Amino acid sequence: MELNFDIKTALTEHERASLAQETSRAAGKSGLPVPPAIVPEKNLTAEQWGVIAFLVSEVAFFGALITAYITFLGADTSGPKPGEVLSLPLVLMSTALLLASSGTIHLAESLLHQGRARQFLYAWGGTIVLGIAFLSATVYEWHELIYEHQLTISRNLFGTTFYTLIGFHALHVTIGVILMLTVLGLTLFGNLAGKNGPVVQLVSWYWHFVDAVWLVVFALVYVIGR
Amino acid sequence: MASVELKTSPIAEAAHVAAPSLWYDLATTVDHKKIGLMYIGMALLFLVIGGCEALLMRWQLMFPRYDFIGPDLFNQMFTMHGTTMVFFMGMPILIGIGNYIVPLAIGARDMAFPRLNAFGFWATLLGGMLVYFSFATGGAPAIGWFAYSPLTERTFARSAATDFWAMGLLVSGFGTLTGAVNFIATILTMRAPGMALRKVPFFVWTMLWTSVLILFAIPPLTAALAMLLLDRNLGAHFFDVQNGGSAMLWQHMFWFFGHPEVYILILPAFGMISEVIPVFSRKVLFGYEFMAAATAAIAFISLGVWAHHMFTVGMSRTLDMFFVISSLLVSIPTGIKFFNWLATMYGGKISFESPMLFAFGFLSMFLIGGLTGIMLAAAPFDFQLSDSYFVIGHFHWVLIGGTIFGTFSGLYYWYPKVTGRMLSEKLAKWHFWLLYIGFFLTFGPMHISGFLGMPRRIYTYDADRGWEIWNQLTTLGAMIQTPSYAIFVFNIIWSYWKGKPAGNDPWDAWTLEWATTSPPAAYNFEKIPEVHSRRPLWDLKHPDDPDWKYEDE
Repeated sequence: MELNFDIKTALTEHERASLAQETSRAAGKSGLPVPPAIVPEKNLTAEQWGVIAFLVSEVAFFGALITAYITFLGADTSGPKPGEVLSLPLVLMSTALLLASSGTIHLAESLLHQGRARQFLYAWGGTIVLGIAFLSATVYEWHELIYEHQLTISRNLFGTTFYTLIGFHALHVTIGVILMLTVLGLTLFGNLAGKNGPVVQLVSWYWHFVDAVWLVVFALVYVIGR
Repeated sequence: MASVELKTSPIAEAAHVAAPSLWYDLATTVDHKKIGLMYIGMALLFLVIGGCEALLMRWQLMFPRYDFIGPDLFNQMFTMHGTTMVFFMGMPILIGIGNYIVPLAIGARDMAFPRLNAFGFWATLLGGMLVYFSFATGGAPAIGWFAYSPLTERTFARSAATDFWAMGLLVSGFGTLTGAVNFIATILTMRAPGMALRKVPFFVWTMLWTSVLILFAIPPLTAALAMLLLDRNLGAHFFDVQNGGSAMLWQHMFWFFGHPEVYILILPAFGMISEVIPVFSRKVLFGYEFMAAATAAIAFISLGVWAHHMFTVGMSRTLDMFFVISSLLVSIPTGIKFFNWLATMYGGKISFESPMLFAFGFLSMFLIGGLTGIMLAAAPFDFQLSDSYFVIGHFHWVLIGGTIFGTFSGLYYWYPKVTGRMLSEKLAKWHFWLLYIGFFLTFGPMHISGFLGMPRRIYTYDADRGWEIWNQLTTLGAMIQTPSYAIFVFNIIWSYWKGKPAGNDPWDAWTLEWATTSPPAAYNFEKIPEVHSRRPLWDLKHPDDPDWKYEDE
């Protein structure tokens, strides 16, 4: 059983080099044609390609939700309409928080790169705080909408598409926060010491993506559609 | 005293760990080969279930005004048959074969993310179980496999069956998606040293593009299913026309998934016969670069053809024209592939072992299915025959004549690698001819009953319509097909113990999976081979005349 988990799925650079030498030596001795030397390719890691592929699928997912939002924009048979209930100051603030978090996570990544572990933790923790603050703003906004304006998912098409789009985005923010908390925990307890560079980068890609989606959602829901 | 004696000794415990039971091993494995086989096993199980559903429908349609299963069960059967065959038979068997073969063919020791790989399988299986759990709600959903709104709204589908259906597809969609992510990461980063992307075996190339299509196609379906569940359970209005929702939105979103889906199902079959045809013609694949570009072109074009399923809905003429043209465009890269397969065989030393037999079955049948596809892509023709049995005939011709024949070609080709035993060629020939004739007889007459005006999804018909004979031929064909699958299952079980030993490379093939033992060890390759051409094993067998001398110019 152990074997299943221990199989090395890729060769190290050193192994590849020694294999190449061995093969060409054997060929050279026998007078057979010697193949050209293999030039190692520059490539992203499997984890990086994995995250890129996943994010491409996320583009398709949000693309579908956004299509639905545009389809029903202004098609309501009854109120409330977006312009009547959406509060711009609140969402401008939460947008600023999310954009700032993209900055802090970028900072955290470069701090880790420079080996400044303590500062990394501050920037990383700051990103988590900003993410949670964004979610809190969403909670506040939804509370207002539901209790002040009686806008629920079943009230009208605006409610249906609004809660679905914003909700799925908030779900992604929540997952991002959980991922960052996991990395924070692993860093604090030292389980990933020195090895968490790749993880930090991948979480950061995901976080930037979630921020970019928010910019589209913000422009669509709060600027164009309001 | 007795209790002390009963305690297991450390040695006994170690022995227990060393030799886990088969079931424990299957439940916990992260080995790509075992996961691949589990995918295939699951797919074959669902093939039997989906096949039985088809047989029930065929017997119901045997006689006019017949009352064998009745309208309610008939509706459930065609819903479950379509859902099962597309999501729990077609995709899993291709992902399973890919899982087994791709790492071996690129000289890797596993997939990039072995645990994610196991997750993908279990999520797919759970999805299948959820869909079938709908029977426990008093009956499966009766909404058709593409589940058009408003039939799926609470008002018309009152039981939770539709919710189980939607949740099942949602969960299995996650599984499929992780599979695609895994294939992409594996193929892009874990190829043996020297195997540039333009040197991968062709099956690997098609799995890469199938995975890319999955990335674009599955998430919109996931979003649509989420919307459907919100509609049904929280009173949202996406597809609720009375409150301004749009039934067309579901159709667009479903077919945005649904049309790339058929290419997800066919590209790996293209890949498999592109492995088989060269080996059994003793020639290299003709026009590899054109084949590769055509694969990518099909993937791209297929993302822009979905609304050819919706010509009769009443879109604008401009949209109709756009989707006619884009759909017809697919025939160009597909034609390139077709002629390249023929050119590969041309002048070759062709042998007719079972994999090649099925490859021939693929070529002859897929050609016909492709031609009826071109007919249906023309909007005016489609206006007449949309939702008729002609359409059923067409897509079964492509999916069975294409995907299933291609898949059998691959299964017969790689079975010796997986088990170390040869399949019985005699049984394989019985399998092939029964399937071939039965298939012809099942789906050929459907084209005619379609022309005669028989709509799909009706549970019975009047005797004076002139449809009776064509339906009876179809049912007869289905009954001829049925034993062919039984013969195949018998063959793979019987040959596992009694088959002729295969050795490592029974077909004298050229790709890396044949360079290791049959069956391969858990680690696949003791030493990762070095690759210099598209036929690395040829180079190893013929060091005096290697392919790389001609390829790299």
